[in-house]
Amino acid sequence: MKIAIIKYNAGNIKSVMLALKRLGYEGVLTDDPEEILSADRVIFPGQGEASSAMKYLKDKGLDEVILNIKNPFLGICLGLQLLCKHSEEGDTNCLGIFDTEVKKFPNQLKVPHMGWNSVEHNNDACFSGIKPASYFYFVHSYFADICEQTIAQTDYMLSFSTVLKKDNYLAIQPHPEKSADGGEQFLLNFIKQH
Amino acid sequence: MLTKRIIPCLDIKNGRTVKGVNFVELRDAGDPVELAKIYAQQGADELVFLDITATNEKRKTLIELVEKVAEAINIPFTVGGGISTVEDVSMLLAAGADKVSINSAAVRNPQIIKQMADEFGSQCIVVAIDSRAVNGKNLVHTHGGSKATTIETEDWIKEVVELGAGEILLTSMDHDGTKAGFADELLSKVSQLVNVPVIASGGAGNMQHFVDTFKNGKSDAALAASIFHFKEIGIPELKGFLKQNQIEVRL
Repeated sequence: MKIAIIKYNAGNIKSVMLALKRLGYEGVLTDDPEEILSADRVIFPGQGEASSAMKYLKDKGLDEVILNIKNPFLGICLGLQLLCKHSEEGDTNCLGIFDTEVKKFPNQLKVPHMGWNSVEHNNDACFSGIKPASYFYFVHSYFADICEQTIAQTDYMLSFSTVLKKDNYLAIQPHPEKSADGGEQFLLNFIKQH
Repeated sequence: MLTKRIIPCLDIKNGRTVKGVNFVELRDAGDPVELAKIYAQQGADELVFLDITATNEKRKTLIELVEKVAEAINIPFTVGGGISTVEDVSMLLAAGADKVSINSAAVRNPQIIKQMADEFGSQCIVVAIDSRAVNGKNLVHTHGGSKATTIETEDWIKEVVELGAGEILLTSMDHDGTKAGFADELLSKVSQLVNVPVIASGGAGNMQHFVDTFKNGKSDAALAASIFHFKEIGIPELKGFLKQNQIEVRL
């Protein structure tokens, strides 16, 4: 099993590698298109700012690479947001896999939305072994609106997309690599899917 | 709903936990990695490691420790203690820390908060504040609470958030070590001044104190050390008690 982790100018990549290691898998950190396209699983993690991340992906040609991946693909946090159509962060046109907009949380809320919040999901296979209303660890100031591809949602004054799924593309807003047992189960489900 | 967080704090010296710990499960009571694993298993929501090492070897041993902790646990953790430069933050985050907390260095040079937040994002910059009441005013103290400044805590909190702090860790020196409860009046006041999460620290003595700081202090998270280390309160029973008191927690 070859798991590629896309290397770009976003932080928090090491914790994904370490989570894979705890689960008994080795991730390869790479920005090489061939290596990414040939991997059995591709993880697109990230914490950072949308416009600079998109610019970096375009400069490296990684935007096209991501759109051409045929194997299971998982976006995490900023990785989810960059798969949407557009983000209010830096007024950024994103990759457009998911048919939704990324917006900033309203000012009356504490931002970032930081900590453990419950995830209501639709029992899709990616949630196998994860109870409804399980808690995941979130850190984000922008959220993806609910759309047809939303398969899990979370409330923080308003409801937003926690997990999105379309074809081989899966994306999660909280950090499974920091979400204790439920998060590890989510990563395992992604890796072990047929 | 977003839950209230329970955060055990581990004091670290030369890569080892200080302050006695009373865990029979531990093969090595001074090993922060083992203690961290137990807290994570028991349902701690996050951990804070506060490095109080004063030697030249400090940085190297701390980085090694952060790498081991990041490998071992599956919950977020913050590292603090003597962090003063963008380079310090860069190394700790690269070693696997989720957040860093800065204290005295921010008081010395507030612009460092902005530099760190611009470089790494506000979400990983925690500003720790030690506050003590002096002649009716809450004043910021530095160097582990030993040096008074003339800065008022409420003003400082507003300033650090404007500069980019993503979270506030507020320790009341008046309450710390008393086991008489958190500084809920001050906490509630500052929680309304800023729109970033506030972690209550100092004064935890029993489970009701946690209920009080979440309800009356409007705290987003509560940090404690000795009551957890000495098993005066277990994290599972504390969370059960909070739930009974209609406080949303992760069980």
